Amino acid sequence: MVMTLNALEDGVRAIISKMPSGECGQRLEALGLYPGKAITKISGMPFRGPVTILLDQRQIAIGHGVSSRLIVDTAGSGGNSP
Amino acid sequence: MAPCDGRCSSCGGCLPKTPSSPSPEECTKRILLTGNPNVGKSAFFSRLTGVHAMSSNYPGTTVGFMEGTLRTEGSCYRLVDVPGAYTLEPTNEAEEIARRLIEDGGDRIIIVMDATALERNLVLALQVLEKGIPSIVALNMVDEARHRGVLVDAAALEEELGVPVVQTVAVTGQGIRELVVRLDEARISPLSATPRDERWQRIGAIVSRVQRVVHRHHTWRDRLEDLSVHKLWGALIGICVLSLSYMVVREIGEGLINRLLEPFFESAVRPVLMRVSDLLGPGSSLHTLLIGTLFDGQIDFEQSFGVISTGLYVEFVMVLPYIVAFYAVLSFLEDSGYLPRLAILFDSLLHRIGIHGYAVIPTLLGLGCNVPGILATRVLESRRERFIAATLISVAVPCAALQAMVVGVLGSIGLRYVLLVYGALLLSWVVLGRVMHKLLPGFSPELIVEIPPYRMPSLHAFAVKLWFRVRGFLLEATPLVLGGILLANLLTTAGVIGFLSNLVAPVFNVVLGLPASAAGAILLGILRKDVAVGMLVPLGLSANQLVVATVTLSMTFPCIATFVVLWKELGARDTARSLGIMVLTAFTAGGILNAIFSFFS
Repeated sequence: MVMTLNALEDGVRAIISKMPSGECGQRLEALGLYPGKAITKISGMPFRGPVTILLDQRQIAIGHGVSSRLIVDTAGSGGNSP
Repeated sequence: MAPCDGRCSSCGGCLPKTPSSPSPEECTKRILLTGNPNVGKSAFFSRLTGVHAMSSNYPGTTVGFMEGTLRTEGSCYRLVDVPGAYTLEPTNEAEEIARRLIEDGGDRIIIVMDATALERNLVLALQVLEKGIPSIVALNMVDEARHRGVLVDAAALEEELGVPVVQTVAVTGQGIRELVVRLDEARISPLSATPRDERWQRIGAIVSRVQRVVHRHHTWRDRLEDLSVHKLWGALIGICVLSLSYMVVREIGEGLINRLLEPFFESAVRPVLMRVSDLLGPGSSLHTLLIGTLFDGQIDFEQSFGVISTGLYVEFVMVLPYIVAFYAVLSFLEDSGYLPRLAILFDSLLHRIGIHGYAVIPTLLGLGCNVPGILATRVLESRRERFIAATLISVAVPCAALQAMVVGVLGSIGLRYVLLVYGALLLSWVVLGRVMHKLLPGFSPELIVEIPPYRMPSLHAFAVKLWFRVRGFLLEATPLVLGGILLANLLTTAGVIGFLSNLVAPVFNVVLGLPASAAGAILLGILRKDVAVGMLVPLGLSANQLVVATVTLSMTFPCIATFVVLWKELGARDTARSLGIMVLTAFTAGGILNAIFSFFS
């Protein structure tokens, strides 16, 4: 299922299908996020707070606005973290 | 003036040349120490040069650069600690500095890579290798990687990159010798430049050949890392950490004052000062300067206001204990890796005042001293954010020295007056942030930050860090505190303070409800705020007046050290704007408090 990172449930693994455009996308890419990469959502903070994901055993926090522009796909992402 | 051997990464101060470091003409070769943020570059730097560089467990500890000398057999190098960067396409001030330093070139580059996050680290590594500078890779944190089940084949990586790869653990010193020995093997990588759209493919191919991940069970640390960013548990952990930190600071601070320093001053320093007082003769001008006024023939450490009576007492008994206590707790939090998690908790709130969650780190540093706090705003991405964060720090974040005096002076009258001061500052912080966020053009970027793993701070690193911070305080504050009191006494004797006070008296009377004499203290706050609070004590103000004066004093003009760093970071125009905001906010907040007090009395 394709959805925004915000909408993804906690603890669920997904593949990044589309990155936000512009500088935010570049900053995310610098941290190792790119289309095709698998991530696991750890949590989303209330009151439009940031989302924390697990990327190759490393936590990354992403602001609410950006994570609503990061599109992920839950299909074909089963199995354990690489 | 002695030449600087480097700039302190936390305070921007000049590090004096160490006697053992050879003259620059001996050491013309330059080595750059680069890598992603929080991979241990500063720990390497300290190990290799013996020059202390502040290191912590969060990205962005080093925001300026430092230089030191590295001697190997037969060679001598200038080693540059480059701020951490994820990429050479800069996204913030620290990365811009890193890009410039690497563009300037060097004779060698040490690329420090985090073995636990190889893929991401290869982005910068490949970009740096393209620069055609002889390079060597330090594959750091191999112990941590092994622990996490990530096995990296260093020999295979050496093959892939075409430059030497040494496995290291910088915090313990493992592999450092080998790195130094193999420094001369550094060579230009044969790799061709990677087109941007093929970057991840190429990196993926390298990773698949050199890295193996074995399954391992979840540890309690993984659980704690997940819980710390959980909606509910995260907030609870945050509240616990902050209240515990506060209690520990109070315990250490008060313990040092009541059990050690106060008794020492009473039993050992007082008799000596009384002898000096007798020798000088009360009433002589030198007595007024050094010892100050006697009360019932005795020195009152808080009120006498002589350079060696109140001056020494303020610095060593009232302020120093809290400096030690605050930095002990802060250093522990920094090294544990908790601070970036606070950024996640506070992001939502801070977004509403125009900065994002990561600004909690500069703000917390500002609670120790505004100078490193304002320097640390370099981790924020936009100029607008840096302006808001720096202005908020200088207006409404009281430094540890000022807080110690507020607690010391107002705390003895009643806890509620201390709380009033903190409440007024917190409210001003929120309101001013909100106003700047609404009025300043532009928008603020979002939080995007890597959260480091939790780590048990090493006792040695902790002790060294605390020592350097306390030493830094003593070196910087002592001349200013003693000189400030001397200057205050001289200006009062010469009538300058009286003249200036009368000039601003109407404003102080009407707006703040303060006598003209309080103006002198607030003016001298420009030198040091702790001394200024000390100057309020002998004026015989009411508790309410003390609160108004303290709040106004905290918020108005920054102390001289903060002013200098604001100027360097923001430039002349924005510093002027920031100063305008400070004065306006200070008098507004002081005026409102005064109005409230007069309404209720």
